[in-house]
Amino acid sequence: MIRTEEMLLNVGPQHPSTHGVLRLLVKVDGERIVEAEPVIGYLHRGTEKLAEDLTYTQIIPYTDRMDYLSAMTNNYAIVHATEKMMGLEIPERAEFLRVIVMELNRIASHLVWMGTYLLDIGAMSPFLYAFRDREQILDLFNELCGARLTYNYMRVGGVKWDAPSGWIGKVDHFVTYLQKQMKEYHQLVTGNEIFMQRTKGIGVYDQETAISFALSGANLRVTGLNWDLRKDSPYSIYEKFTFEVPVGEAGDLYQKYLCRMREIDESLKIVAQAVDDFPAEGKIMGKVPRVLRVPEGEVYVGIESPRGELGCHIVSKGKDKPWRLKFRRPSFYNLQILPTLLKDENISNLVAILGGIDIVLGEVDG
Amino acid sequence: MDALLLYLGPVILLFIVLGFVTYAILAERKVIGWIQGRIGPNQVGPWGLLQTVADILKLLIKEDTIPKNADRSLFKLAPILAFVPSFAVLAVMPFSSRIQFANIGVGLLYYMAISSITTIGILIGGWASNNKYALLGGMRSAAQMISYEIPLVLSVVGIVLTVGSLNLNEIVAAQQKTWFVFPQIIGFVVFIIASVSELNRTPFDLPEAESELVAGYHVEYSGFRFAFFMLAEYVYIFAMSSLTTVLFLGGWNAPFGLTFLPGIVWFIIKFALVVFFLYWVRATMPRIRVDQLMQFAWKVLLPLALANIVITTLLKEVPFFTLYY
Repeated sequence: MIRTEEMLLNVGPQHPSTHGVLRLLVKVDGERIVEAEPVIGYLHRGTEKLAEDLTYTQIIPYTDRMDYLSAMTNNYAIVHATEKMMGLEIPERAEFLRVIVMELNRIASHLVWMGTYLLDIGAMSPFLYAFRDREQILDLFNELCGARLTYNYMRVGGVKWDAPSGWIGKVDHFVTYLQKQMKEYHQLVTGNEIFMQRTKGIGVYDQETAISFALSGANLRVTGLNWDLRKDSPYSIYEKFTFEVPVGEAGDLYQKYLCRMREIDESLKIVAQAVDDFPAEGKIMGKVPRVLRVPEGEVYVGIESPRGELGCHIVSKGKDKPWRLKFRRPSFYNLQILPTLLKDENISNLVAILGGIDIVLGEVDG
Repeated sequence: MDALLLYLGPVILLFIVLGFVTYAILAERKVIGWIQGRIGPNQVGPWGLLQTVADILKLLIKEDTIPKNADRSLFKLAPILAFVPSFAVLAVMPFSSRIQFANIGVGLLYYMAISSITTIGILIGGWASNNKYALLGGMRSAAQMISYEIPLVLSVVGIVLTVGSLNLNEIVAAQQKTWFVFPQIIGFVVFIIASVSELNRTPFDLPEAESELVAGYHVEYSGFRFAFFMLAEYVYIFAMSSLTTVLFLGGWNAPFGLTFLPGIVWFIIKFALVVFFLYWVRATMPRIRVDQLMQFAWKVLLPLALANIVITTLLKEVPFFTLYY
């Protein structure tokens, strides 16, 4: 008599496709997944608790290390919340710089996602192409603020560094360059039969499920819901720019891929407009008191990070340090749908579905 | 002279194959590097020529570990079982009209039969490692090999029907006028796809799928035993590319009557093109999923191969086509 057994497979924290230190306990029957349980916390640093002992300016570099693929948006979340509580005016030039770097960072983040996702699926070359193009963004950031990943660029009231001479021209040049490159990506990946077979109809969920799991970003928009905080609760100067919010229909992995690729296109449009209207003169820091004392009360701001709604909730008791700081970290919320999606899939799909969520472990663990 | 060839020949072949493996790995890394906008290895030796030598040296002096709960005897046997057939199949390969070690009547059958033994080595390796990833890799490998061996064998039946022989020399001789890639185009396509799968290369590299199973069946192997698995893999590239050349690309026959180059040179050129094709595919394609792989083999390749046999048999009787068949 042949007897079969379920096998407990430990995926990660050291595994090539868990995008960091995520650990998955997977119960498999052959290659079919019976149950999957994510184990998180390997990268927990307690950012929120640490922030309680830091002044508002000192918190900024800590946020760099949360979603390390898109540190600019994290920077913006904390400075935006602080500014909102203090009611500060931000100079226009600073706002333009912020939008340019945030959108460039979104492009960089999506490029990394695209490359690593294709690597998960087994294609090697798109990864290197994506990183080659992302490198140019990092070079631009390096020139602007001296860092390639942890920028620490924004300040309450403005930005730390003004654009060096010629920098805006380089950004403009990059936009045209990437628009050309996008065609190459579509040629190599989008129509690939194997890629479509691997992603079409896989990891499907509907709008209701997405909302009940509090998904946001491309993970939510792929189900057809047009929800982008840049449009729906505009912050900074996003109202000035015309761009579209790409939505999917089927809610599968292929649509997620298309959504993110189109988001790159839209971000490029925003950057191009911002470069065109970039104020020639102006200050980069508004009038800010030397010691930042946030008035008593609380505030929540949500912004659209590449991964979804990045929220920052500050509770202040009127001191120069927050009494409590809470980040709504989109990766953490998006990850929670994983066990539901993985049920009855096989191990190849595990990698594809996990990759499709687009998590950054620094953000999941906080 | 005959006795000398009998004993010295295989040794020379061994060195040629090892030399090929050494530089095939370098060439693969270089070619894929260029495709991906990189330089590839360029530090060890001029133009990276000694890179693989350094890699092999590293593997040789590395500690040879056997997992505590592994099945020791099977664990040691597996790499040998995987490697020996890969080298043994080369015996029947006609590299030119004169360089061939065993001109046996059923050369093609011999190749197909011996090469499937490697699967057993891989399966044993995956099982004996006592590692879950290795087991999954080994199982995938077994399933894949069974599925693809059948279309692979059936795809060459068309050629066997045409030539009326399983002898590889006669198959090459029959291609003096037309290479079989043209009349046997369906067989060729099926053969190429099935052979990439047999080689466990992208897009069919499921047994070792590094992004899913970390390294698949050889995840627990290190040092020289790992080198043997790698060696088997690359010797199979050598063998399979040779076989493709012999079966479909006319072997040592010169195209367009360009006979000023010796047959062996033509063989090497065609062979190199096939090898390059394998590298190219690897740099371009994502990996197919395991269930899709099975479906593809049984629902697409197998009917195609069968259709090819039927078409060949029919065309063989049509007067106009007898020129080619």
